[in-house]
Amino acid sequence: MAQIQLEVVTPNGAVVSEEVDIVTAPGVGGEFGVLANHAPFLSTIKTGTLSFKRDRTSKFLMVTGGFAEVSNNKITFLVESAEFGNDIDVDRAMRAKDRAEKRLTQAQQATEKISRVRAEAALQRAMARLRTAELARH
Amino acid sequence: MPGLKDVKDKIGSVKKTAQITKAMNMVASAKLRGAQEKMERFRPYAGKFAEAMRDLSGGMESSDLPLMEVREVKTVEIVVVTSDRGLCGSFNANIIKSAEKLRKQYEAAGKTVSFVTVGKKGTQALKKTGKLRVAFNDIMGSFQMFNAREISQSITEAFLSGESDQVDVVYGKFFSVGVQRPVTEDLLPVKPVTAEEGDSKGKAEITGSYIYEPDPNEIMEVLLPLFLNVQLYHAMLEVGASEHAARMTAMDNATNACKDMIKELTQLYNKARQAAVTGELMDIVGGAEALK
Repeated sequence: MAQIQLEVVTPNGAVVSEEVDIVTAPGVGGEFGVLANHAPFLSTIKTGTLSFKRDRTSKFLMVTGGFAEVSNNKITFLVESAEFGNDIDVDRAMRAKDRAEKRLTQAQQATEKISRVRAEAALQRAMARLRTAELARH
Repeated sequence: MPGLKDVKDKIGSVKKTAQITKAMNMVASAKLRGAQEKMERFRPYAGKFAEAMRDLSGGMESSDLPLMEVREVKTVEIVVVTSDRGLCGSFNANIIKSAEKLRKQYEAAGKTVSFVTVGKKGTQALKKTGKLRVAFNDIMGSFQMFNAREISQSITEAFLSGESDQVDVVYGKFFSVGVQRPVTEDLLPVKPVTAEEGDSKGKAEITGSYIYEPDPNEIMEVLLPLFLNVQLYHAMLEVGASEHAARMTAMDNATNACKDMIKELTQLYNKARQAAVTGELMDIVGGAEALK
């Protein structure tokens, strides 16, 4: 099967750099899949799970906001952070989720827009971590 | 002539100082290596980001994005990035000085200035101007992208609410281990990045054939705040590396100064000891002479 070069780059360096069969990513307009020889493409990425498959084994990454670019049979993700599902600390993510939920209810009462936005982002990150960890375990 | 014991004590204390400055020099050089690696790891991300920004703004029509809005400038916000710790020569003082100079320039032109400081040294120095809006302290030791995001959120909010019409950043740029200089860059409004001459034609062609999801303007809206994070993070990385390099040089100078001082003091000590011995000898000879 034809393969596509996948690069995941964060401010702390490259996280993934390998040839894969298929990449599935959380685009802003919904999840999308990219196979080999895809047309040039640029999309923004939201916090969520990025998965890629190679030789029938899937790997899962939790990514936060950024964008993806496809050109010359190469897909590059520029994201603020990326973690492998297996490396995620589930307990910590659970605690973060509880904390974010609590803060969200507080913020809604106070109708403070900024802290609500931040709490929502924190909640999204925590949820994405948990989901990615869950996927990686199977 | 100072007393023998005084000189000896002084030598002891200078030696201890030299030990400390030498250790600090070594710690700084180890940390500098770490900071440079961090910069190295960031480079691919920053490079790719700038490239995408250029591609996108090339394919964009008019920019009605709020972060790119050019207004009549009444208030300028200056973000000053310094280190949290001192003992690094004139590194922080230079940054603060050029921030103050910038403030005077703007004020002379009839504009109001507010400061946002990153790093304790800048906060301490600029607090007394009374123009400090927010301070971010104690993060320069080990910062991550989310620290930069916090800062950029704060300045973005001020810009969007009309509190500031322009944002500049002043930080210490790392040119080499021996040279770090304060530089000033524009942050907001974000200026459209134009492709360099030469490769502009090729780029435009590629841009045309891209599929955008959502459309370029919307992508830009997401990318602009991220771009701001990237710029701030970059400034912080530069300051991080510069701080350690400046400290290395400062501590090296201090160690050398200590060595010179020890040499001088030892000479003084030997002289004082010789004087004492001669004095005692004179006394003995004088005493023996008197007995004859």
